[in-house]
Amino acid sequence: MTTVQERSPMPQEREPNPALTDPSRPIGFGRVQRKEDPRFVRGKGRYLDDVVLPGMLHGAVLRSPMAHARLVSIDTTEALAHPKVHAVITGKDLEGLNLAWAPTLSADVQAVLATDKVRFQGQEVAFVVAEDRYSARDALELIDVEYEELPVVIDARRALDPGAAVIRDDKEGQTDNHIFDWEAGDKAETDAVFARADVVVRQEVVYPRVHPAPMETCGAIADYDPIDGKLTLYETTQAPHAHRTLYAMVAGIPEHKIRVIAGDIGGGFGNKVGIYPGYVCAIVGSIVTGKPVKWVEDRSENLMSTSFARDYIMKGEVAATRDGKILAVRTHVLADHGAFNATAQPTKYPAGFFSIFTGSYDLEAAHCSVTGVYTNKAPGGVAYACSFRVTEAVYLVERMVDVLAQELEMDPAELRLANFIRPEQFPYKNKTGWEYDSGDYEPALRMCMEQIGYADLRREQAEKRARGELMGIGVSFFTETVGAGPRKHMDIVGLGMNDGAEVRVHPTGKAVVRISVQTQGQGHETTFAQIVGEELGIPTEDIEVVHGDTDQTPFGLGTYGSRSTPVSGGAVALAARKVREKAKAIAAAMLETRPEDLEWEKGRFYVKGDPSAAKTISEIALGAHGTVELPEGVDGNLDAEVTYDPPNLTFPFGAYICVVDVDPGTGKVKVRRFVAVDDCGTRINPMIVEGQIHGGLADGVGMALMEFIGFDEQGNCLGGSFMDYLIPTAMEVPDWETGYTVTPSPHHPIGAKGIGESATVGSPPAVVNAVVDALAPFGVTHLDMPCTPARVWAAMQGRPTPPI
Amino acid sequence: MQVPAPFEYARATSVQDALELLERHGPESHVIAGGHSLLPMMKLRLARPEWLIDINDLAELRHITEDAGVLRVGALTRHAALLGSDVVGRLFPIVHDAEKVIADPVVRNRGTIGGSLGQADPAEDLTTVCDVLRAQVVIVGPAGERVVDVAEFHRGPYETACEQNELITEVRFPIRTGSASAYEKVERRVGDWAVAAAGAAVQLGDDGTIADAAIGLTALGLEGLATDAAAVLVGQRPSEDLIAEAARLAAEASSPVEDQRGPVDYKRHLADELTRRVLRRALERVGATATAA
Ligand SMILES: Cc1cc2nc3c(=O)[nH]c(=O)nc-3n(C[C@H](O)[C@H](O)[C@H](O)COP(=O)(O)OP(=O)(O)OC[C@H]3O[C@@H](n4cnc5c(N)ncnc54)[C@H](O)[C@@H]3O)c2cc1C
Repeated sequence: MTTVQERSPMPQEREPNPALTDPSRPIGFGRVQRKEDPRFVRGKGRYLDDVVLPGMLHGAVLRSPMAHARLVSIDTTEALAHPKVHAVITGKDLEGLNLAWAPTLSADVQAVLATDKVRFQGQEVAFVVAEDRYSARDALELIDVEYEELPVVIDARRALDPGAAVIRDDKEGQTDNHIFDWEAGDKAETDAVFARADVVVRQEVVYPRVHPAPMETCGAIADYDPIDGKLTLYETTQAPHAHRTLYAMVAGIPEHKIRVIAGDIGGGFGNKVGIYPGYVCAIVGSIVTGKPVKWVEDRSENLMSTSFARDYIMKGEVAATRDGKILAVRTHVLADHGAFNATAQPTKYPAGFFSIFTGSYDLEAAHCSVTGVYTNKAPGGVAYACSFRVTEAVYLVERMVDVLAQELEMDPAELRLANFIRPEQFPYKNKTGWEYDSGDYEPALRMCMEQIGYADLRREQAEKRARGELMGIGVSFFTETVGAGPRKHMDIVGLGMNDGAEVRVHPTGKAVVRISVQTQGQGHETTFAQIVGEELGIPTEDIEVVHGDTDQTPFGLGTYGSRSTPVSGGAVALAARKVREKAKAIAAAMLETRPEDLEWEKGRFYVKGDPSAAKTISEIALGAHGTVELPEGVDGNLDAEVTYDPPNLTFPFGAYICVVDVDPGTGKVKVRRFVAVDDCGTRINPMIVEGQIHGGLADGVGMALMEFIGFDEQGNCLGGSFMDYLIPTAMEVPDWETGYTVTPSPHHPIGAKGIGESATVGSPPAVVNAVVDALAPFGVTHLDMPCTPARVWAAMQGRPTPPI
Repeated sequence: MQVPAPFEYARATSVQDALELLERHGPESHVIAGGHSLLPMMKLRLARPEWLIDINDLAELRHITEDAGVLRVGALTRHAALLGSDVVGRLFPIVHDAEKVIADPVVRNRGTIGGSLGQADPAEDLTTVCDVLRAQVVIVGPAGERVVDVAEFHRGPYETACEQNELITEVRFPIRTGSASAYEKVERRVGDWAVAAAGAAVQLGDDGTIADAAIGLTALGLEGLATDAAAVLVGQRPSEDLIAEAARLAAEASSPVEDQRGPVDYKRHLADELTRRVLRRALERVGATATAA
């Protein structure tokens, strides 16, 4: 049903070269079906819960019913007496192993099992290991915990109040709920521009707490072998190598004795980056019982306790001239990080890449400051396809530009067009320190406007308004920053954000590529094979992609922040090129000529001026492993390995326009149309690119219209099931219409920029801008997400409320 | 995976067998039909029956029959069957209106009308439908069969006239000539429980005045019908003003509570707005045109 319209200003979707082999076998880039899909559509994927090991036991976590309470006592006697229970582990037991607390990804510590207090509803208190998962759950009810209730801090705005309960009294010297203050840009310069601007608009914009809600919840199976001291850990993780290193650092098991295996993963969206207490408990459970222990959380546990996303309260300000030149943007953000600061960000970026909030516009000045606070809510704050807080940044600036357009009575698309960074300004250094590698914004927005029929829609809207009907058109234009990152700037807990890749061409010309990144549905097994195919002229189906096993793959930081293609894709392309260089030397030996006399054509080297004197990559592979007399310094294989340190991030961008109709009697929003024009540089597999966009757009509609984790005054989580935490269905999303432009990254080996998160980042402001536009006749200038019927109606009555 | 507390299970072979099983296993034994209300509560361990008596084999409870001025619907009739039934759609369009917005196809394939009424969730849609259609519920127990008006059947949220050792076997809808009905619900998303909903049935007299009317509200804190609202309609010619007055009274009769789905003022507004809509649609369906005043 999806309408896909494609228009490209540049010829770029390279046709596979059919000349070399069978024309039905595409080679390199192009629209090919995913190699992994035959097993998924047949139900033959192997997810964590499909793994059953001999003698395996099952774990279950006892969680706190309270948001903030002192632990008075835990009595496990009855649970231990349950005939099928093998062990009950509490925080006290972990203290003995020095594992009660574990470091987070943001220089904080997090309780594995509570020892002193519980700090959010759903926090881990005890772990039961039993013969089956039913008994494990039954035994949870037999544990007797006495709590002494404490006052809670739920609203981040109140977290720094003088009398607020101190959540982290475990931290020496911590006397309030303050975590960090961070700023970017030049404050004085920005204030000066604001002081002389004709027009200043201000708006508080809340990006509420939402959840990645992957279809597969998180889990682990720990299998500790007491004889050789080896720990095999099956995990739902987006970052197997980083996990292995962290376990080695925290648990004291030598790194070479740890093997992390990530099988098929049913969605991650950032939810599976961190190490959760349940994983650590499974390890301890296996060590204690001497048997493999499986722990898989249920849906409520996933929603209530694992990494949430967003939760930013942003005060936005824009300074502009009366005729619509945007001069500066200024913001202060209150960031709710929950009970432990466990957000996964590069070390030097406590607020992630939020400082990209200057968007796609050429500004004179910009300044942001972010204050992070503790509250009695679940920790995390990683992702949900967020490119390290770029989502919040884009939402802020794109909402604010619309607020300005309304104030200036200018068309929001025209206002954007007038303020874009111009193509000749790239590489463009923005006012908060980012260097945008490339971009050509105007054609993308114009294409989007043309594709949706912008002028006609505005006419239709005017007619409808005259009849009292509510229709809105929302524009958003985003610039993403992905592909973290250059090791001189970026690390996570001291690990540089680089990735390794290894390519081996077997004697018969088939190949294997081993990568450090971890697919959760993105199609790595196809995309990475295509990159090698493009470089070496080997058909995609002849290339095996190996990932998800630390014993079999090179080191690297994993898949999140749209970094796989920008970082790992770069590594794979360069490794393949190394192989090609080697192949050239060997081909020259085989053809009895000099390498510089050879010409490359996808899949073979031939002698310049004599195309019939040629060696294909398969022939060269056989030669390399065979008896060909090898040139000096070339050894007998066709293998190469590269660890890629990207020189800069990549900056995908896109123009999105959304059309909504609002029922004036009920406040119900219907998304009628959505056109997304994306530019992710080189498009390796356009079908996979579109799939990523479709999914992200659905995410965006979900966040804009319904997703929200709320809490009541006692700190009870009100979003702990799919009955309360709503994610969109096919009924809430329109047929997606997509288009693209191609502006290759100048520094990336194949010019690719990453696409995993673009749509999630870019679509929420388009939807919200459309809803606000629809409500303009009621004088509405802003409405916070989620735009549920009740909240839309309240805005129509002139009393919009922020979500809490 | 959420797992229920331990329980025992028996599969009834007849209505009589089901009653005996309920009797034998005592107060903590419960009937399970589609399981789409009971199982979620068991998985959250909010419901902890010791015994489940499965009635899904009782074919005698699965029928939709037009019979002497009454439509008889067996308690085990699935939502999907109601939605797929032409006779239901023709006689009681309100049922199709409601069924289209009850949950999703997966739930509708299993959930039953008996289970819906038995559950008596305040946000449950078929209760309002049955109220508005003035249905009767057939209950069978150790002492035999009794037929109760739906108004009497409902005792409040999660409470009904059907005792633990009894079984709902059938729901009966009186067929009235010259009548039509409609239902509308506001939900945050497809498959969500109602933020609010309203249902109405009207019967038109030969003279074009409204001979009878019933208005019900879902998830709006009203037990039974909005009788004052319906009363203003009776004997009158349909008009926008009349509809507005009835809707105003329906909203007045509602007493919604604030929750994640919305605040009180919004829900009360919906009582008004949705009542207007369903009255208009029901009147349209019966062939009356409401004249603008
Ligand atoms: C995701 C989801 C969304 C839903 N959304 C909606 C919605 O929007 N609107 C709506 O109205 N409903 C909704 N429901 C509820 C659904 O319609 C249920 O199927 C229905 O409410 C219960 O029917 P059941 O047959 O599944 O009952 P069960 O779950 O089997 O039983 C429910 C209760 O009724 C009792 N019971 C069942 N049959 C009988 C009988 N014959 N005699 C006596 N007692 C009996 C049981 O003992 C139990 O107490 C939703 C359910 C789910 C899971």
